[in-house]
Amino acid sequence: MYQLTGVTKRYRRGKETIDALAGVDLTIEDGGRLVIQGPTGGGKSTLLQMLGALDRPTAGQVVLDGLDLATVSEARLTRVRAESIGFVFQSFNLIPTLTAQENVETALVPLGPKAGERRARAAEALESVGLGERMGHLPGEMSGGQQQRVAIARALVKKPKVLLADEPTGNLDESMRDEIMDLLEGLWKEHGLTFVMVTHDSALARRAPRLATIRHGRVTITENP
Amino acid sequence: MFFTYLRRELRRRRKAAFVVASGLALGIALVIVVTSVSAGMSAAQDKVLQSLYGLGTDMTVTKAQTPPGENGQPSRPRFQFDAKGEGDANADAEQSHDIVMPQGFQTLDAATVGKVSGQDGVAQAVGGLSLQVMKVNGQFKRGEFRGAQGGKGTGGGRGGAGGAGGAGGGQGGTVEGGGANFDVNSFSVYGADVAHPALGPLTTSKITSGRGFQTGEADTAVAVVDSAYATQNKLAVDSTLTIKNTPFKVIGIATADSGDATANVYVPLKQAQTLAGTADKITTVYVQAKDSQAIGSVKQAIQKNVPDTTVTTSADLADTVSGSLSTASSLASTVGTWLSYAVLAAAFLVAGLLTSSAVSRRVREFGTLKALGWKSGRVTRQVAGEALVNGLIGGVLGIGVGLAAAYAITAISPSLTAHLAGGGGRGAGGPGGGGRMFGAARHTAGKAVDVALTAPVSLATIGLAVALAVAGGLVAGGFGGWRASRLRPADALRRVE
Repeated sequence: MYQLTGVTKRYRRGKETIDALAGVDLTIEDGGRLVIQGPTGGGKSTLLQMLGALDRPTAGQVVLDGLDLATVSEARLTRVRAESIGFVFQSFNLIPTLTAQENVETALVPLGPKAGERRARAAEALESVGLGERMGHLPGEMSGGQQQRVAIARALVKKPKVLLADEPTGNLDESMRDEIMDLLEGLWKEHGLTFVMVTHDSALARRAPRLATIRHGRVTITENP
Repeated sequence: MFFTYLRRELRRRRKAAFVVASGLALGIALVIVVTSVSAGMSAAQDKVLQSLYGLGTDMTVTKAQTPPGENGQPSRPRFQFDAKGEGDANADAEQSHDIVMPQGFQTLDAATVGKVSGQDGVAQAVGGLSLQVMKVNGQFKRGEFRGAQGGKGTGGGRGGAGGAGGAGGGQGGTVEGGGANFDVNSFSVYGADVAHPALGPLTTSKITSGRGFQTGEADTAVAVVDSAYATQNKLAVDSTLTIKNTPFKVIGIATADSGDATANVYVPLKQAQTLAGTADKITTVYVQAKDSQAIGSVKQAIQKNVPDTTVTTSADLADTVSGSLSTASSLASTVGTWLSYAVLAAAFLVAGLLTSSAVSRRVREFGTLKALGWKSGRVTRQVAGEALVNGLIGGVLGIGVGLAAAYAITAISPSLTAHLAGGGGRGAGGPGGGGRMFGAARHTAGKAVDVALTAPVSLATIGLAVALAVAGGLVAGGFGGWRASRLRPADALRRVE
């Protein structure tokens, strides 16, 4: 479970100080699903970085399963990212020189399984997203939707507690968008994940039970009927 | 995963990898060429110096020069020919005179060899006597007197050396014809200690015909003749060479390893001493030190304990070498070295900057890996590994290019000339030619020796090249790794937006 209390993230841009997050209080239950929406520059990605242990707040607490991500060591943060959090990015962020299977394996490297086990788990994850036939393909040889499936397989192969997605359908056409969303929702239900997604797409936002709207660093929670 | 990722990235960025590797290769190749050429120069200098004093000799000991006019300075040699009287039946007969004198006119007691041998650090010492032989032979011819009224008679003085016909004669008459015709032959003779053939000037030559001296030939009139001198004077094994009325049997022909031979004729030391009338005298002691690193201290010990001597080491003599060899050697050791290291430093810098720049273009990639839980150290190792492999590829290319260049230089073998300073010694200069031992070299006119330049590549040079390649890779990896380690996953992902 996430428990955010008074989370503030302040940046300096020249002589100007910007509060990307201004005292955010937020709770996300285990297995919960939250969509974050808001205007560009409103603090969506900053909030996602706090949840993903990619950055620390200037003030406040970001507690994940009792661990305050604001104060733990860098090594512990790295460990949390390696074990507990899966990321899906708007631009897929696949390594272009590695095959689909090898890209999925990169998420297992920090956990230290042997090469054989890594390969087997990566293959299984790709099967689960319907890409069992494309394991040896490079990202450049696949469509956007297929690349995003590889990215989803990479996020889930380590069986994380949390799945964080930053505009996961932002680079996809409408039919592909629905396909990816169906896949993500299916996996969320199947694995009992805590699923947080940033999106500009109101249609997608309406599919989530909870909506967090963020403006000027402040969050408003809306429960969808 | 490390090697798969590394291999694929190098293949993807092969142009950039090639640029980095080429820069390092150029620097490394230059270092190999300069190092090997320097080694070749050094070997050429050693060869030149060895042609002066023989293999294994670390220093020579000669008589200290004394200023002209001081006591002990020997008188200059004079030729004496008989003035034949009128009516002498042999007045026009050919006359011959040999003068045999120690080169530089300076000699040491043979006992000096024992004193030098007794010094600390001396492994072996051998004495030798360098002689210069001036052979003059020819004849005087009387002029013929022709009187004014057709009278005929002989008279007039004998011509001097190369002299004109005699003047005077009967009243009203003239002397016609007459004069002198003399041939002057000068050559060098070295008296070698036949009991110690391993040290001394003869070691720079190979016996190409016949044989060398045997230990029991100290009292035998035998000679080994330099091949060039033998050809010039039509001498061969078993022919006879007469020096100062002493016939020497030619037992061998010697050919110098490089440049000119030390002497034209080699005879046993005792025979040389007899020829010069200098019993128990030598001109030079050839010294081999026990430790080549201790030559300086051995020199000091000899100078201190053996008075009135001059000790000359190969380093001293090397200072007198000039000419294209010296110029090239100086260029190689100064400009060449600095140039190669400057290119290498520039290559390191460019490799580092290119690697760092490559990391900047891969911020999202490395940021993603950090977001997936990769530690900074693992990302840094990946970057450093790629740079190191680049450096090694550059090293292999550089070693290949460097070896090819060194091979080409050796194949072409450009000729370099070493001028050995002469006439620099104190006192009167000795007769030219022949003397090329340490001490004697200072009495002689300048001497030019041609040597072929080679570029030998030693294992140490290859080792240096490999070390430089690794260092280049590590420098480049250091730049890139440092840049990668400073990336924060959040910073990397922010670039995506």
